[in-house]
Amino acid sequence: MRRHLISAADLSRADALLILDTAEELADLTDRPIKKLPTLRGRTVVNLFFEDSTRTRISFEAAAKRLSADVINFSAKGSSVAKGESLKDTALTLEAMGADAVVIRHGASGAAHRLAGWVRGSVVNAGDGTHEHPTQALLDAFTMRRRLQGAGAARGKGLDGIRVTIVGDVLHSRVARSNVLLLSALGAQVTLAAPPTLLPLAVDSWPCAVSYELDSELPKSDAVMMLRVQTERMTAAYFPSVREYSRRYGLDAARMARLPEHAIVMHPGPMNRGVEIAAEVADSARSTVVEQVANGVTIRMAVLYLLLGGTEFPEAAAEVSR
Amino acid sequence: MTGPAPGKGGQGAWLVRGAALAGAGAGVAQADGPADILVRGGTIAAIGSGLSQAGARVLDADGLVALPGLVDLHTHLREPGREDAETVETGTRAAALGGYTAVHAMANTDPVADTAGVVEQVWRLGRACGRCDVQPVGAVSVGLGGVRLAELGTMADSAARVRVFSDDGRCVADPLLMRRALEYVKAFDGVIAQHAQEPRLTEGAQLNEGEMSGRLGLAGWPAVAEEAIVARDCLLAAHVGSALHVCHVSTAGSAEIIRWAKSKGWPVTAEVTPHHLLLTDELAAGYDPVFKVNPPLRTAADVAELRRALADGTIDCVATDHAPHPVEAKETEWPEAAFGMIGLETALRAVQQAMVDSGLLDWDGVADRMSARPARIGRLAGHGGPLAAGRPASLTLYDPAAPPEAVTPGASKSRNTPFAGMELPGRVVATFLRGVPTVLDGKLG
Repeated sequence: MRRHLISAADLSRADALLILDTAEELADLTDRPIKKLPTLRGRTVVNLFFEDSTRTRISFEAAAKRLSADVINFSAKGSSVAKGESLKDTALTLEAMGADAVVIRHGASGAAHRLAGWVRGSVVNAGDGTHEHPTQALLDAFTMRRRLQGAGAARGKGLDGIRVTIVGDVLHSRVARSNVLLLSALGAQVTLAAPPTLLPLAVDSWPCAVSYELDSELPKSDAVMMLRVQTERMTAAYFPSVREYSRRYGLDAARMARLPEHAIVMHPGPMNRGVEIAAEVADSARSTVVEQVANGVTIRMAVLYLLLGGTEFPEAAAEVSR
Repeated sequence: MTGPAPGKGGQGAWLVRGAALAGAGAGVAQADGPADILVRGGTIAAIGSGLSQAGARVLDADGLVALPGLVDLHTHLREPGREDAETVETGTRAAALGGYTAVHAMANTDPVADTAGVVEQVWRLGRACGRCDVQPVGAVSVGLGGVRLAELGTMADSAARVRVFSDDGRCVADPLLMRRALEYVKAFDGVIAQHAQEPRLTEGAQLNEGEMSGRLGLAGWPAVAEEAIVARDCLLAAHVGSALHVCHVSTAGSAEIIRWAKSKGWPVTAEVTPHHLLLTDELAAGYDPVFKVNPPLRTAADVAELRRALADGTIDCVATDHAPHPVEAKETEWPEAAFGMIGLETALRAVQQAMVDSGLLDWDGVADRMSARPARIGRLAGHGGPLAAGRPASLTLYDPAAPPEAVTPGASKSRNTPFAGMELPGRVVATFLRGVPTVLDGKLG
């Protein structure tokens, strides 16, 4: 493993499999009454959140705490950042306090990258602007692998031959960027389905296929990932109305019926029910939304564990079985 | 900008011995071999071989190229208002070290150079520094607001004798205002230098729209946002018969449009920056905002096309768009960071690398693109050569054979050079402004 996790592009297939397999080991822990390992005892993990994201923040917090790390939550609101402190000064402050890892969520693309140049500890990108969100992609891959390959039998396997359709605002989506990179590295065949306005101009250079139509992609999808639509995109003329978007690219019950029997429906949350995903789809047995949240904690444990080089894995596993 | 600048002494005679002349005008090509240049009383007294020393200080120019003093059409000196980034003093020091004898100071200062008062202030500061002529550029619109014309005629009639007008940093986006500005400056032989950037197409834009912007998740800056304005303005210039100058051309498409406009005989000129001749958007991969600039770095295909257009004269000249920023404006997240790069001290070296070492331009060509043509576009009669007896002795001695050396911090108050640590060939050895050495042996005189 490298020192930081900033982009899914930094992960080779072997790196990604190591994280997924480590998560698989750690998943067992979640089922135990005492959900805690001593591996990161005495280490400090800072959650540096410049954007409100309770979901991601508590997921990282739970992950770090289950590994016994000390967790400091640093929210930009009401802090020195609100008083105009620069990212660099915040970084130097955290550095002085001895952060072993900084988990950063920031509205600017590249913020995690910049931070990594200013701190000695590990940097984990928890979403930077419209760039990437690599732990989301890892938890998505983990969820797909468990659901489509079977939880017990999945270890060591990639996502070879699995067909994934990612639907919606790819242009502004850090989730889509990380997923395209990671899933293709794991051998999946990724298709992006979106209106042309919500695809990057040079999307043909990405390791995936592109379609302007959702319906034709559904019957050949093993997993469909619905991206959150931000209604403010409408005012910038990316699409005419939420209703039209929903009609053309929303996943309702009728569309869901076009999926193969085994196919799953994913969403990184938070969902806009009735816009990109209908309530009956979100609540259906195909939906992995809740599972994704649970898997998020497990994946983030694996990432922190591997980045911070906790005790060797067999030892940790022994702790689990104790 | 007439007459010698005050101060700094040194009106003694100089004999530059054995330089290869570039930009010597008709009949004296560099192929004729090295020549001596005798400088006396601020002018070139004689050019020839084996000239007599006769009390003059001798500068051995063996192996050096002598160019007419470089002229920059596009410099941000930041004074008044942002003296933390640059001042006329520090900016002209950087200019002299880069081989420049005249720079055009852009109008986007604080206050904006949109009145005779401000342009005269900048002009006087330049004269007081004395290292390099400072020719103020006047704003096109009041406060760069793009709504009302600034008092262009008053600035033209002022002591600063403004001839180039620009809202640089912002585009004169309103087509009617652009038309009127172009028409109006005909009365005093002015030129409108346009920062071509369609504002709606570049809202929040960060990086050239293409593979890199998509990968990095930075809002794309489409080439068409520049090209649409370039095309419109060429048509307007043709319609009203006025001089248009296109600032910092950055795309292959803009070059093509300008080539077409020139083929029609329309009064259009254009500049390209050293960084757009050498660097691409690939450099943004590390999110280091030192590579953030307006217009953005483009692709390798654009770079190749810009070089070709400069070589064939479609693009008239190289202009630095020297844009100093304090450290904190760049030591931040990419979207927060200021646009701009400094370039005065590295321009000639960058042009050698991009144009001369690649075989696209010879030194006569460099003299034309970095001195003669910018002087003509800027209406600076005392600059631009040719290196000939009777002309003002403003010249630059350059050593193209100096081994490539890493770019290090220089005289500019700011450090935002995209070439930091990068090796560039060549070295400016000496700069003379009307017979006075402003730089000798690569150091400020």
